[in-house]
Order: sequence, then C-alpha cells, then structure tokens
Amino acid sequence: MAQTKFIKKESLSAWLEELGQAHTVLAPRFEGDSIIFRPYDSEKGVFIDREATAPPKKAIFPQSETLLEYSQIKDMENLTKIAIDVKETIPTTTYVVFGGRPCDARGFTMFDRVYLDGDQVDVYYKARRENTCFITLTCEKGETTCFCNAVGSGPSDPDGSDLLITPVTDGYYIECVSTKGEGLLASSLLTDGSSMEGEATKYKQAADASMNEAPDFTGSPEKLLAVFDNGPFWEEMSDKCISCGACTYLCPTCYCFNITDEANGLKGTRIRSWDNCMSSMFTSEASGHNPRPAKANRLKNRVGHKFSYYPDIHGGVISCCGCGRCIKSCPVGVDIREMVKSAIAFVDPTAKEVPAEEPKAAPTEKPAPKETSVKAENTSAKAKKNKKSKKPASKKKGAK
Amino acid sequence: MQNLEDLKEQVRKALPELDVVIGWTGGYDPLHATPHFIRRDEDIDKLQVNALCVHNLATYLPSMRGKKVGIIVKGCDSRSVVELLQEKLIDREDVTIFGFGCTGVVDQTKIRRIVGDVGNIDSCEVSGSEVKVSASGTEHKLAMSDVLSEKCATCRYPNAVLSDHFAGAEITSTATFEDGYKDVVEFEEKPEEEKFGFWLKEMDRCIRCYACRNACPMCVCRDHCVAQSRDPHWLSQEAHVRDKWMFQVIHAYHLAGRCTECGECQRACPVDIPILLFKKKMNKEIKEVFDYEAGINPDATPPLMTFKAEEDKITERKW
Ligand code: SF4
Ligand code: SF4
Ligand code: SF4
Ligand code: SF4
Ligand code: SF4
Repeated sequence: MAQTKFIKKESLSAWLEELGQAHTVLAPRFEGDSIIFRPYDSEKGVFIDREATAPPKKAIFPQSETLLEYSQIKDMENLTKIAIDVKETIPTTTYVVFGGRPCDARGFTMFDRVYLDGDQVDVYYKARRENTCFITLTCEKGETTCFCNAVGSGPSDPDGSDLLITPVTDGYYIECVSTKGEGLLASSLLTDGSSMEGEATKYKQAADASMNEAPDFTGSPEKLLAVFDNGPFWEEMSDKCISCGACTYLCPTCYCFNITDEANGLKGTRIRSWDNCMSSMFTSEASGHNPRPAKANRLKNRVGHKFSYYPDIHGGVISCCGCGRCIKSCPVGVDIREMVKSAIAFVDPTAKEVPAEEPKAAPTEKPAPKETSVKAENTSAKAKKNKKSKKPASKKKGAK
Repeated sequence: MQNLEDLKEQVRKALPELDVVIGWTGGYDPLHATPHFIRRDEDIDKLQVNALCVHNLATYLPSMRGKKVGIIVKGCDSRSVVELLQEKLIDREDVTIFGFGCTGVVDQTKIRRIVGDVGNIDSCEVSGSEVKVSASGTEHKLAMSDVLSEKCATCRYPNAVLSDHFAGAEITSTATFEDGYKDVVEFEEKPEEEKFGFWLKEMDRCIRCYACRNACPMCVCRDHCVAQSRDPHWLSQEAHVRDKWMFQVIHAYHLAGRCTECGECQRACPVDIPILLFKKKMNKEIKEVFDYEAGINPDATPPLMTFKAEEDKITERKW
C-alpha cells in the first residue's frame, strides 16, 4: 500500500517554502489575466482553483534551453586556423511542480516514449525529467473543454505524477505515486492520511461524475489514415484555423523543437526552442520546397500525429491528454474533438459506389482493394515522419 | 442583431455566385462564437451575429485570393477589408461585403474577470444592454457597458465603411478620435522606467506563438516573418524578454499607418498581453503626423507607402 499523508490547508505555504529550500518550486498564479506557472513566491501565493492557462511544460521542456556554449579561438599566428571550444550544458536544477492537473503531468508520459524509451535517449530531457517532481491536484470538476476521460485518463489520474493531492476537509489528502514522490514526504507538516481515504475517494468519484460524456475516439488511427489524402476534407477542417502556435505551445503533449545557433561575435550558444507543426517554416526545406505548404496540411499533421501516427507506434496511446487548452485558447475556436470525430464519421462517397451485393455488411468496414493500397502508401509516408520524431536530436532545421 | 433574418436572406441570394461566405456561428460553449464558412444553404441557418462575434474575418481574405468570397463585417472589420484593398492585397471584384450596424462585441477577458470560472457555461443570453451568463449553475447579469470591448466603447465607425449589402439600420456614433486614445495618453505620461518595467513584466510571459501576428488581418508575410527567419537572422529564438518585446515593436512598426485597430492581436493572445497599446500608440502618432487613419477610404494611399517632398509636419532640417 502506497504511503498516504495529510496536510492542513494553512500549512500548505509552509510546505512549499520547505520544498523550496532544496528545489525550485513552480506553482500557478495569476499574472495579468492569465494563470501561469512561476517560481513559488509566498507573497504572491498560488492559484489552484482552475486549470492554468499554460501548462507547466517549461519545467521539463523549456521554451528555449541551451544545449551547448561555444567560442571560437583564433590562432593569432595563423588567422585561418580557428579552434572551437565547446561546453555541454546539462541542466542540474531540481524542480517541484505544484498544483498542476492530472492531464498536465500525464502529458510528459507522451514525451517519455519519444525522448527516453527510443533507441536514442535525449540527455537534456532525461536530466530535467529525473530532476522534476509533480505534486498534482485532483480536479474538482471538468470543464466543458476537458476530455481527459476520452483519452484513457480522468480528473484524478496519477499517471505521470509523483504525488497526488486531493482536497478533503481542512486540507489535502496526499498519495505517494512514485519513488521520487517519497522523497517529498519527509516534512513534519505532513501527518498520517489514512483516515481521509474515504473522503478523498468520494471527491474523486464526484469529479468523475462531473465530466461531460466522453467523445468516442475508437478507430481514430485508421480513420485518420483513411482521410489522409482527402484534400477537401482537411480544407474544410482547417477553414478557420489561422495557423498560429497557440494550440501547440499550450499543449502538454506537443514536443517538437527547433535547434539554432545564436551567435554573439565569436561566442554563441546552440539552443533548442519550441517549434510547431502549425508553422509554415517548420517543414520548410533548405531547397525552398515545403511539403506542408498550406494550413490544411499542417492541421492534418497536428490531429493525425496525436490521434493516429503516435498511437500507431506507441501501443495505441493517444498523444493528447485531453486538457482542452487547444480548444479554449485557440483564437478562432478550432475544436480538435470535432475534427477527430469528423474523420471517424467520414464516409467516402466514392466507396458507396461499390455494388451493394451484401446489404447487411457495413460498406465502410469492407475497404475496396483500391483503399488498401492507399493505406499502405500512407503507412510508409508516416513511417518516415515517425522516424523523425523518434530521433529528435537529428532535427536541426535552424542551421541551414 | 435585429436584422439577422434580412442578412441571412442577402447571403442566401448571393451564395450561388460565391465560393464561400464567412460569418460566425456558435462555438464550443454558449459564451463563445466561432468563424463559420458558409458553402451550402443549410449552413446559413447556423449563422449567428451578436456581441459574441468578436473575430475579424478579414484576416482570411488575403489567403483566399482568387476565390469569390463573401464576408460579413462589423464596422471595424470593414476597415481591414478597405485597408487590404488599398494595399492591393485583395481584389474588389472577388469580395462581396455584407455590412450591418454594429452595437459592439464583448471582451472575453473582462467577462472572465467578473465571472471567474468560465469553464462550465450553462447558458448565455446577449442583448443590447446585458450579457446574462449562467456559469456552473450561478447566474451572472453583466451590464454590457462593463464587458464591452474597449474599441467598441469608443467606436467611430459602427457601420461598415464599405459594403455591397447592408442589413438593418445604421448606428450613429458620437465618439471622437481623442476618446479612443485616453489610455495611450495616460501611459505616455508615466515615467520611462515605469513604462519599460511594465513591458518587461508583461512581455515575459509571451510564448512566441504568434497568434497575435496570424490573427492580424494586415500581417500578410506571416510565413516569411522576420521573427522566425534565419536568413536574414534578425531575432534570436531564445525565450528572452528582449526578443519577445522586439517582435512586438517590429509588428507595431510594420503596422504603422496600416493598423485598423480591430484589436485582434490582443484578443488572440492566449496569455492576455495588452499588445494593442503598441499599435494604438503608433496610430495616434500617424494621426498627428499625417492626419491619416487606415482603412477608411479605398482610394487613399497609406502615408508610409508614399512620400511628399515636403511633409507638412516633419521638419527634416533645423534651418
Ligand atoms: S482534462 Fe481532466 S485532468 Fe485535465 S483539468 Fe480537465 S478534468 Fe482535470
Ligand atoms: S487551431 Fe487555433 S490555435 Fe491552433 S494554429 Fe489553428 S488557429 Fe492557431
Ligand atoms: S491536443 Fe489539445 S486537448 Fe490534447 S493535450 Fe494537447 S492541448 Fe490538450
Ligand atoms: S495590429 Fe492588431 S489592431 Fe492592428 S490591424 Fe493588426 S490585429 Fe488589428
Ligand atoms: S499572441 Fe501573445 S504570447 Fe503569442 S506571440 Fe503574440 S504576444 Fe506572444
């Protein structure tokens, strides 16, 4: 049985202070009109009553991070001879992310499969991942845009978290989820929590019950491949999209990046910064060719990657944690749930022309031979894409 | 909107000649609308026009060049259409403009400030004077004057400045140019360090998503923007406030004399950075120096796209 603890509501800030002595504690608070994760400051407090505007993604996957520092040293005797001094910069700061939601922490499990579990381990990601603990808060209720329950999770899912805290009378019930989490339980502010288990369970059940009916994404990997070459379908889906990066940068599961050298005279840094598939430049090749020239191509990739290509190579796991930020923060209200549902519901009008000799069989479930060959083609195209996402270190668009 | 049925009728008549008509419809919850692309007759029934229709649909026009596009515009949106025509970024004969007298749109950020948790909206009723929202079972009656977008409170062009069809009656406005720039004047009067400190703090949370740029109807080089370009290499990709701020300054300069002040840049910002202030400052300067406002007259040339040998208000030589 995993350890359980209890903390009084009024001791919370003292606990965060204590944790702050050994770690950088990131907690959500209002900044202007948005709720952002910032280093904990007892004067500014925390705001954990709602899902934060931006997820705590930057704790492990910073908006930009230095991969190495370099300097060029000229040989004064022979000016054509330049030595380069390179310093690798593996991050060492330890973080505690407090007050994120289950979907926020679970997002990193999508990263893990790509950055840790493949044939190449990303050392920068690994260091940050190992140095970061998540103290996640069970949600009181889901929002209209929440659909964690449709992607194999829920408002009290501990997957990806180290401690899960659930509001109970006068405080929080704390469950230890991982060995990393155990290390955070030494504080004398925490008391035994076993008597609170029943109340916490009720809270979680109420949270589950508050969720909207989960959209059914069954079959999304195949159905999205089936519309892969359907230009008009994606044109309509992307009609209102303005091809910005809000949805991807606020998504806890989007993990793409760019690598650039930012020089300053003879010195400089090689940095990795967020990049996203909604941006035209993302796939712009050195030749000038762009395989995803239109927003329809790009939006297709965002939806397809999360609901088809990723699950295809990662045991069916959908690479979306259902947080709904891409819906509510999209300037024009593009709804990823609707796009996936439309792809699933899409019936190819040409497929209907197949003679209906067996009236009982559903025509869409019996792909015509032509369709099968299209599918095979798509699979190989997709394999190429996945190779890229499995080897993030090889993606270096910046250095042209 | 009072004459929604008239507008629908106008769209219905025009649709056979057009590839698409862009309007609005209900969004992911009753508090939000979303752009709506009307291609078929049945799409017309879903058309919604009210104070939730915040989006400036002119943003879509340049990328749809070559198609026959109908567009429903609020007064401010129509200025963006006009500015696009002035800059020859769209073709007049391909665009059919549906105007109406606009009574203003809400600022969702203001609604959030008052209501707090808008995650579960049960219902929302919008009238000219009030927004009635039920959120998580609690009813909120919001006076329109408290949640109205700033640009609407001081709007001088509530009726489309250019249109092919116009639904309903025109609205009269008594606002003056000065009314719209009180916030700029107030900001200008602050000490330099305070102004700089304000921007350092606000810009720090920018995630460089460029929603502000892509929502802007006049930002037409999006895919080739200096913000991301490596060749030339103007901006670093670091998450430094210096670069974030620099991009906003570039955007403001590129929009000088072109910005129609629709406010989409700020509305689109997912982390609520008050970037419209930059643009308003430029517009105020443009008015003072060139006595010009963007997007009013389709035949006018924007001041920074031309020159006079002797500018009226620019003294080039001291002697
Ligand atoms: S998606 Fe689920 S876990 Fe995330 S905030 Fe909503 S209810 Fe909570
Ligand atoms: S879906 Fe929305 S947030 Fe994402 S790129 Fe399109 S307009 Fe931007
Ligand atoms: S795709 Fe959307 S809902 Fe899914 S995790 Fe990303 S932001 Fe959240
Ligand atoms: S800069 Fe902002 S206010 Fe001006 S036209 Fe662009 S989006 Fe509208
Ligand atoms: S929309 Fe906001 S967060 Fe995004 S780039 Fe513009 S200012 Fe930054």
